[in-house]
Amino acid sequence: MSSKILELKNVSKIYGNLKALADINLSVNAGDWLSIMGPSGSGKTTMINIIGCMDTPSTGSVILDGVDISRENAGSLTRIRRDKIGLIFQQFHLISYLTAVENVMVAQYYHSMPDEEEAMEALAKVGLADRARHLPAQLSGGEQQRVCIARALINSPQILLGDEPTGNLDEENEGIVVDIFRRLHDEGVTIIIVTHDPEVGDVAQRKIILEHGKVVGDIDQSATFGEALKLKGKGE
Amino acid sequence: MENRTRNGSRRRMYLKMVSSSLIRRASRLIIAVLAIAIGATILSGLVTIYYDIPAQLGREFRSYGANLIVLPRGDAKITREVLDDLRGLIGTEKIVGMAPYRYQTVKINEQPYIIAGTDLAQAEKNSPFWYIEGSWGNAEDTSSVMVGHEIAQTLNINIGDTFTVQGVRYGQMAEASRQDLSAEENQKRDLGAQNFSMKLSVKGIVTTGGAEEGFIFADIDMLDDLIGDTFRADVVECSVVADAAELSALSSRIERDIPALQPRAVRRLTQSQDIVLGKLQALVLLVTVVVLIITMISVYTTMMAMVAERRREIALKKALGAESKLVMGELLGEGVLLGFIGGALGVFLGFEFAQRVSLNVFGRAINFQWALIPVTIAVFITITVLASIIPVRKVMDIHPAIVLKGE
Ligand SMILES: Nc1ncnc2c1ncn2[C@@H]1O[C@H](COP(=O)(O)OP(=O)(O)OP(=O)(O)O)[C@@H](O)[C@H]1O
Ligand SMILES: [Mg+2]
Repeated sequence: MSSKILELKNVSKIYGNLKALADINLSVNAGDWLSIMGPSGSGKTTMINIIGCMDTPSTGSVILDGVDISRENAGSLTRIRRDKIGLIFQQFHLISYLTAVENVMVAQYYHSMPDEEEAMEALAKVGLADRARHLPAQLSGGEQQRVCIARALINSPQILLGDEPTGNLDEENEGIVVDIFRRLHDEGVTIIIVTHDPEVGDVAQRKIILEHGKVVGDIDQSATFGEALKLKGKGE
Repeated sequence: MENRTRNGSRRRMYLKMVSSSLIRRASRLIIAVLAIAIGATILSGLVTIYYDIPAQLGREFRSYGANLIVLPRGDAKITREVLDDLRGLIGTEKIVGMAPYRYQTVKINEQPYIIAGTDLAQAEKNSPFWYIEGSWGNAEDTSSVMVGHEIAQTLNINIGDTFTVQGVRYGQMAEASRQDLSAEENQKRDLGAQNFSMKLSVKGIVTTGGAEEGFIFADIDMLDDLIGDTFRADVVECSVVADAAELSALSSRIERDIPALQPRAVRRLTQSQDIVLGKLQALVLLVTVVVLIITMISVYTTMMAMVAERRREIALKKALGAESKLVMGELLGEGVLLGFIGGALGVFLGFEFAQRVSLNVFGRAINFQWALIPVTIAVFITITVLASIIPVRKVMDIHPAIVLKGE
């Protein structure tokens, strides 16, 4: 059942003489829920962007759903991204002049074809059925992020990627979003989330710690990030 | 079937995105729409004037006098039938003025002078530049005439004064004054059945700086009555709305269709009219081109600013899997809509503008050219699209990963 959906082999990303990612090896099974933590500048966003087909590694290969995406050109990366990846951002990035449901439909439009009924269902799933006709400016931050989750999931992607999806939310809304992730995980969605917040990170089934572009910790649900960091500290 | 509904719902979404962007961001776009609308206003206004200038100025130019002189061929005179034929051939709508002239020698105080009998109302239309002291004579009060400035001086007469004209009736032989008779007896002889005499009063004094100052101008019908003859004109002076080419075509037609007449276009006048018209139209054309360029520049900068302002939105769309082409198509769609709205606004404002110019400068209303609506709109859609091409191509340089990360 646990088929490999993503594999990073010796992935490096080099900016000038800076190694943002250094020889990363990582494999993710379908249905896994991964959180990535690490200090600022450790390469978390760089990694997410490479997995999300928004960037390419300098060396190494990235196998997404059996296809090596590390050497694809921009055009096919766009196509792969639209078919296989659902993205959530810290700043939400909703289109300001479109309503919630229209924002979801935009993702359908670029993927295949807009379907309002389906978009409404997706909003209902994140508890926003009654806010569907509101513009982003009329929604709270938490509501906006839930619209983004609905948008990210509307085309049934293979992986849901989030770079600090709760970074701009208060505790209550953070809880709502984490609950949604939990439900999606139960439904079998593969989730990879970058977070600074150990409380959000600890809910995940598997935790990755990045430092200076290297994976310095890869632990399962039994340990928290706090414990992992302590362990790591003793080990050194 | 499925393909069709798919395309239909995609098209609806496209229109939804494009129109929502314009409607919900309206306050941001007012300047752009205004720029296009002003451009379209000036353009459609100038084009309206451009097409109206020949008609407008054509009439204006007619204030410089007759541009077509029609003479009888041979010794015959021009009868009323021939005059009517001529009027029909030229077309009343083209005629500003059409004055027949009959010249008749008369004696005033035993000195010879010439009365020009004419249709005074028409002569007035032909000769708006004549300086008249007093006023023009008219067909109601036929014993009131206008005299040339020169005659007024020689005879020492002024407005309101009267003088007597005498002469020989049509077809009678004049008898010379006899040296052996007294002036009184001679005058009595002149009053015989074959002679005429009439007291006329001065209504106006004509100053033109030309030959007109040596004539007496009277109603042609009165003159005919006086000399006892039917209508026979020596010449017809016409002021016709036409440029040089039209006038020479008209002359040929007159020569062909009315053999009794011999038309002569007043070349110097029509040629200078054509030159001035040509220059004015070139000027209008130049201004139009400049306005189009300025509009393009302002649309260009607006679109540049818009693409910069919407970098995140564009990056997001690309992150969601939109190809650059698709996003460019949406922005161009907005450009088309902007061009449409601005162009449509401009057509009507432009007509208003042209109307005002026309009323103020030419004192004449113009007709609305319906063809201008689609043409102006099409021109401004084309212009906005052209001006948007470079800004919209910037979409290709926007990398979602770089734009969307961080604050
Ligand atoms: N386009 C770029 N050009 C040059 N250097 C870059 C570029 N993008 C990232 N970097 C560098 O690569 C390193 C990793 O950056 P990255 O954005 O992945 O960090 P991060 O872990 O996401 O940090 P944060 O938690 O602050 O978001 C940083 O040192 C950053 O300065
Ligand atoms: Mg980051």
